[in-house]
Amino acid sequence: MSHLVILPILLPLLTGLLLLLVPKRQRRFVHLLSLLSTVLLTLVTLQLLFIANTGELVVYALGNWTPPFGIVLVLDRLSAVLLVLTSTLAFFSLLYTTADDVPQGGLSFHSLTHFLLLGVNGAFLTGDIFNLFVFFEILLLASYALLLRDKGAARAKAGLHYVVLNLTGSALFLIAVAALYGLTGTLNMADMALRVAEVAPADAPLVAAAAILLLLVFGLKAALVPLYFWLPRTYASASAPVAALFAIMTKVGVYTIIRVYTLIFGNEAGALANLALPWLWPLALITLVLGFIGALGAQELRIQIAYLVIISVGTLLAGVAINSEVALGATLFYLLHSTWISAALFLLADVIIRQRGAPADQIVSGPRLRQPLLLGSLFFACAISVIGMPPLSGFIGKALILQAASGTQAVWLWITVLSGSLAALTALSRSGSTIFWRTEESTVEARRADIWSLLAIFGLIGFSFGLMIWGNHAIEYTRGIAEQVMHPGHYIDAVLNHRPLQGD
Amino acid sequence: MEALISIIIAVLTGCGIYLMLRGRTFPVILGLTLLSYAVNLFIFVMGRLQSGAPAVIGVGDHYADPIPQALVLTAIVIGFAMTAFLLVLALRARAELGNDHVDGREAAEDETP
Repeated sequence: MSHLVILPILLPLLTGLLLLLVPKRQRRFVHLLSLLSTVLLTLVTLQLLFIANTGELVVYALGNWTPPFGIVLVLDRLSAVLLVLTSTLAFFSLLYTTADDVPQGGLSFHSLTHFLLLGVNGAFLTGDIFNLFVFFEILLLASYALLLRDKGAARAKAGLHYVVLNLTGSALFLIAVAALYGLTGTLNMADMALRVAEVAPADAPLVAAAAILLLLVFGLKAALVPLYFWLPRTYASASAPVAALFAIMTKVGVYTIIRVYTLIFGNEAGALANLALPWLWPLALITLVLGFIGALGAQELRIQIAYLVIISVGTLLAGVAINSEVALGATLFYLLHSTWISAALFLLADVIIRQRGAPADQIVSGPRLRQPLLLGSLFFACAISVIGMPPLSGFIGKALILQAASGTQAVWLWITVLSGSLAALTALSRSGSTIFWRTEESTVEARRADIWSLLAIFGLIGFSFGLMIWGNHAIEYTRGIAEQVMHPGHYIDAVLNHRPLQGD
Repeated sequence: MEALISIIIAVLTGCGIYLMLRGRTFPVILGLTLLSYAVNLFIFVMGRLQSGAPAVIGVGDHYADPIPQALVLTAIVIGFAMTAFLLVLALRARAELGNDHVDGREAAEDETP
């Protein structure tokens, strides 16, 4: 029972290794094993969600070293809910590849996916900042390989940019972590929080520099202005299930921003309290604006969806920058919604593209789709949800974030988000009407969408409906998370008072 | 000693950044490598400079901080793997794009000095 916390890391690792050993001819078997593992992962993470729901933090000291020595995994409400989000997303992305006519991820797609999950789950669970770097590298390396599996000039170019940028990011991450270690003498995040709060005045500027360097790194992962230029090309050139999985990658950046700047540099950090917020707030708003401009100007459907991901990142970080419990709760609600819906949109775009023939994902009039009514309705539902129009979950999330702002912040946020939503509405009506209505008389010979692929898309959109129907519970729950996150004292106590297990 | 190490880190970082801003993939990779050398040195120095002190507790009165040494080993291994990956990727991009410009531009419109 006490080892349950490490299962979200071990399970993908073992599955990934096992899948490497299975001969590639047995495609069905590989698939079954891979899906089974994600189902199991979902069950484990749901169980962890129940455990975290009691409000108790679970601390798992690897190697039984007493914190702050050694590496700890910490399960709180925030990490538990993000683990559930990751595992459901992985399940539906893998479900999408079940059909034969769907682009199969090639040789080691499934094992790479599980290695990616290993990195993402580890990043959500770890309570050690250098370990966070290691898990970042694991998930990045898996993502490089997933992105560059297939051949193609566009992919090679986008991949090169992505890899070089992230390697630079890793170098900066290491500088920041090393500087923090040199100044505070610890790598454990809970312990670091205490030591940053009482840092000597002479060291404070250096700690602040390291903290801002960390923001730069996390901003790169989250695709914050001016570090988002890699995202549209990268996501648009990835194959559909990979792009859907990547929906969680920007959220890893958002998660680390929330974690580090509430726990270590939060309200209780003394002289360095909330030092990232003056940077985060304007950058988040600019990200929003540029995302909307990008979505309006996009010539291709997948690029447009990638810009919608950037918009969601801007909205999330604006919510984080307000720095209140209510705002953070709203932000987390929006985070769940936007991850599921952007993944659904990427999968849907792939189905649409395969039924369009030559124009592929260019937003120009082309042949009629094979199943215009079905795909059109799905696109409509996704669009409404992602723009944030009633009644779907996007509306609830956006309304909550807008409500949480106050004073001058409210003015700026309302203007940006509302005018931006109008821009997104225009952009999506343009692409939707061009693709579904302004069609030529001809249809291309395309197969009907496979039932499994549709199930995957339905499942992901279903979460948006779920968040709407049980909105009350979801809001209450995310507010509970925010309450726990905004009071880091509990987290710090739980980690530092952890005693090693007495075994025989 | 501290000044010397600082200057070395600064020079490595400076050269690394300069090379990373070049237009061809090979200088960019060299730049990243230099930058990672600088970072490794920086991590190592964060344990403070000492000479003749073992990295174990209990042998003598003085001991060097062992954690940065463990961190730097991890960083070296990861950096090494990433550089290898990037080299292969650059070779593939060269093959698929027909040139070694980071943006994959045609040779004609590309005039790096």
